Amino acid sequence: MRTAAWLYLILAFGFIYLPVGALVLFSFQDGTLPVPPFNGPSLKWYAEVLSDGDVTDALLHSLLVATGSSAVAVLLGFLAAYGLARHVLPGSAVMRVMLIAPLTVSYLIVGLGLLIVLNRIGVGLSLMTAGIGHVVINLPLAFAIIYASMGAQHENAERAARDLGASEAKVVILVTAPMLAPAIAAAFFLSVTLSWDEFIIAFLLTRFDITLPVEIWSMLRSGLSPRLNAIGSVVFLISVTAVLLLEFTVLRRRRS
Amino acid sequence: MTASVRLDALNHWFASFHALRDISLEIEAGEYVTLLGPSGCGKTTLLSVLGGFIEPTQGTVRIGDADMTYVPPAKRPTTTMFQDYALFPHMSLRDNVAFGLRMAGIARNERHRKADEKLDLVGLKADSAKRPHELSGGQRQRVALARALAVEPEVLLLDEPLGALDLKLRRAMQDELKDIQRQVGTTFVHVTHDQEEAMAISDRIVVMNTGRIEDAGPPLRIYREPASLFAADFMGEMNHIPARVSSDGAQTLLATVPAANLPSGEATLCIRPEALRQDGSGIALGEATVRDATFFGTHTRAHVIPVAAPDMVLVAHLPPTRLPETGAVIQLSVLPDDIRMFTKETA
Repeated sequence: MRTAAWLYLILAFGFIYLPVGALVLFSFQDGTLPVPPFNGPSLKWYAEVLSDGDVTDALLHSLLVATGSSAVAVLLGFLAAYGLARHVLPGSAVMRVMLIAPLTVSYLIVGLGLLIVLNRIGVGLSLMTAGIGHVVINLPLAFAIIYASMGAQHENAERAARDLGASEAKVVILVTAPMLAPAIAAAFFLSVTLSWDEFIIAFLLTRFDITLPVEIWSMLRSGLSPRLNAIGSVVFLISVTAVLLLEFTVLRRRRS
Repeated sequence: MTASVRLDALNHWFASFHALRDISLEIEAGEYVTLLGPSGCGKTTLLSVLGGFIEPTQGTVRIGDADMTYVPPAKRPTTTMFQDYALFPHMSLRDNVAFGLRMAGIARNERHRKADEKLDLVGLKADSAKRPHELSGGQRQRVALARALAVEPEVLLLDEPLGALDLKLRRAMQDELKDIQRQVGTTFVHVTHDQEEAMAISDRIVVMNTGRIEDAGPPLRIYREPASLFAADFMGEMNHIPARVSSDGAQTLLATVPAANLPSGEATLCIRPEALRQDGSGIALGEATVRDATFFGTHTRAHVIPVAAPDMVLVAHLPPTRLPETGAVIQLSVLPDDIRMFTKETA
């Protein structure tokens, strides 16, 4: 029974991590094809990738879009959550559902819809438009996470702050937001990781400046190469960093 | 700072629920007043009206000389100490206590000095850099008190402040609260459902029930001469003896007692357990059989059955020196001053 359990565990994790492991392993391939047998290790593909201006530009663009769109999504999500959690509004249930509903719409539909609208109103495609698309997909998530953590104990602290003479703006800035810092940070880091490797919307809504997933896609058209493995490893490393940051800063503190 | 409070003809409805009914009350500056009553009696609603968290449907709230009925909490000379303390978890104790001063625009050094002063008052000066989660319940409670007092309110409102503490700590904090109130001189309005706490701490108790004030007065008067049957029962254990009032007095199965000022008809005669005596002084209530008795340290609490009324069970607090045996027969009597009588309300 015990052996079976261990076997299951190994199989499950193998299924999840073997592809990533293979990707990372063959990024160190000393040859032109990322397939067995493994020769190496060699860092030449990393050197090539990091000296490729298109790739590093795309990487910076991705970081910019990810952090910028996440900041906007978290700010809007927080304000929506505060409004709906703390005030009695007409149709607040409908508003809540409408805020979360975009989660169920496929990225392709969101991207196409925005593309049509932007074309109609004559806004040129850029990193900004891709960022807008990412706000659309991350806002529901940010709203849901922050709204769920706005409990009654926070409300009492807000009441106490008001009682001690704080204006509404001061209540939000000095009491509500700091108390919700863990949820706000969680929403932010999650949004960053989702935006960071999002492809379809970024593909549809960018033109000259492109994000990394779009760059990778265009490189893929010329066939497999350990370069792609090297880029993939870098992307993976950055995602892992974001997740670890989340784990160590936010989730750990909440436990204490 | 301190100010008087004057409530006039307050009525409040939550939808169709009549939560406050014709509340009129005057509180003197520097007085310690307790609002006492069971859950749902309206005491917390009344406190919220005082604090500005609820605007009453009708009536006025005056604090000092100013009409405060529609003034928001931030602009009132009141602060509230909340039941769950509502401390700011992300701030040190010093910043918690200094928060109100910060909102008032007082410079950092000055507000830190004042905050330390208030922390000293509640005995937590050494912990001013700690966060609330590092404290015990009793300590958090003190921080909440220091924070509420730091802005030097004219009236401090306390919403069941001792509700979450264990009994021993509760009794200790009662003494401390009263002591601090004497030092600062602020008017305190304290909500509780614990009549012992109310008696221990207040200059005046306001007993509330179903949104109404049943009785208001000093603890001794409310305990010994309650204005209503509800107040009599809420302040402590009470024996009820059915009586019939006529021109001869109030007749019961045990004795007939003088009943001046009461209209003829059904009435209830109330005697506290500790007022039942065995020494024969006062009005004789006849013999009674002891059903059971328990030792309480300061007294023995006995259930006794009067021989003249076998369906009645009375609770008597007897001297602790001897535990009466089951079945023992004792003579009961009561001093006329220890009897309260209420006309039976026609249901």
